[in-house]
Amino acid sequence: MSSTESTARGTAEFIPSGIELGRRRHRRAQGTRSVLISVVSTVVFAAVVLGVLFNSTGWPQVQASFFDGKSMVNSLQPILIGLWLNIQVLFFAALGVAILGSLLAIARTLRGPIFTPIRLLAAGYTDIFRGLPVLLVMYLIGFGVPGLNLFERMPAQFWGTIALILCYSAYVAEVLRAGIEAVHPSQRLAARSLGLSHAKTLRLVVMPQAVRKVTPALMNDFVSMQKDVGLISVLGAVDAIRAAQIQVAQDFNFSPYVVAGILFVLLSLPMIRLTDWFTARAQKREQIGGAV
Amino acid sequence: MTSSTVPVLRVDNVWKFFGEHPVLRGISIEVAAHEVVVLIGASGSGKSTLLKTINLLEPVNDGQIFLGNEDITDPRVKPDAVRAQVGVVFQHFNLFPHMNVLANVTLALRQVHGQDRATADARGRELLARIGLADKANEYPDRLSGGQQQRVAIARAVATDPRLLLLDEITSALDPQLVGEVLDLVRGLKESGSTILMATHEMGFARRVADRVVFLKDGVIVESGTPEEIFDRPQHPATKEFLARVLNPLG
Repeated sequence: MSSTESTARGTAEFIPSGIELGRRRHRRAQGTRSVLISVVSTVVFAAVVLGVLFNSTGWPQVQASFFDGKSMVNSLQPILIGLWLNIQVLFFAALGVAILGSLLAIARTLRGPIFTPIRLLAAGYTDIFRGLPVLLVMYLIGFGVPGLNLFERMPAQFWGTIALILCYSAYVAEVLRAGIEAVHPSQRLAARSLGLSHAKTLRLVVMPQAVRKVTPALMNDFVSMQKDVGLISVLGAVDAIRAAQIQVAQDFNFSPYVVAGILFVLLSLPMIRLTDWFTARAQKREQIGGAV
Repeated sequence: MTSSTVPVLRVDNVWKFFGEHPVLRGISIEVAAHEVVVLIGASGSGKSTLLKTINLLEPVNDGQIFLGNEDITDPRVKPDAVRAQVGVVFQHFNLFPHMNVLANVTLALRQVHGQDRATADARGRELLARIGLADKANEYPDRLSGGQQQRVAIARAVATDPRLLLLDEITSALDPQLVGEVLDLVRGLKESGSTILMATHEMGFARRVADRVVFLKDGVIVESGTPEEIFDRPQHPATKEFLARVLNPLG
């Protein structure tokens, strides 16, 4: 309607009306005001928190035992060496989780009576390993399995990696299964009607779409695993946390723990930001238009 | 029998139940080579179910379906091998959203018929050029209009030169102004000799493109014949009533 009118007048160019200009002025003023309010409230909040912290009677002792500069600097190198072990464990655990998690998810979606035992096995597995605390699995695998004397001696980080894979593949399998079931059945129908086998349909059509649907959840699990690699220290592997512990025992000072904590946060930050960015992008793509 | 006299498709007394409810009640139908047979009938008359049984997406409860000389309802027949010879186009396109247009069209060539990527891509691009979408080869399906998506779905179905093409109400989900481009493409397929069995609500199109029209009601073939016989001189009261309602919905 309006487009035919404007072509009739011969003006395809958009000139905002007085009403629209007024609305923009109002929005601008509102924007400036809310930025000011957020800045002031942040400053006030930080001042109050820091004031309470620094004026508490115990602060000098806490500062001396947790934020001792010399102890922090001294412990940095051994902790970084330990962190490298964490990163290696993370790499192999992520690989293992991707493989085992996918297999479990597929096993749980198999139809037909022949697959009942496999389906039940996979369901039991995910139930047990999602229920068991990771620390407990660490102990059971790290101290229990070597005790069987079935394998030659393996380093502690090896069993730690296995324990992580066992726990996290149960979570990842459930996330992937949700993704597989969220792919519309008509997609499977279209693939099978082209003559694609069940396996090829799963690999080429269903899985790529399933993974895309649950990527934010998968990335979240990865971030979670990134910090749980620190649990291998309980098996005696000299990782970042174990290295920090050794330094703590030498200096009688807790600052190395703070260093390890900061390093773990720094390690996970890129992935956390990536997850946020990916989630926001997916949301923007799926919800084009609309103010709410 | 020589191959020219054997119909491409022969459906013989097919029954299909959903639970206790009969959807197909003794359907028999033949489609000869290069023939276009159009199924008409109200929603729920069994058109879509019949197409699904022919592609083995639904098992039959009785009767036989022959593709050429082969009984494809024989449980020893491999469904994937049958489906590889039959092209299907769906009402809602069902393109793969994570693949670009060219990958959609060439998927079966590469993964079912074992062609290498270069050969498959060449065939895919030739098909896209023929349907006027050569410039969309690298686009993803959600960037295309409904009519364009359905044309890509048709290209995907015919890429492997199937012996038989099944079209299941392929214009029902399209805006009216997009129906024409899809139907033009189907007419082109007919002219190039494709064998087609299609379900449709587009009576005008059925009249122009069909060699034979089959009217289904409650899982039974009520009447079949040339478009002139069915549309101009329907014999059965049910056919007359259906056509009166479809052609003149306001009464």
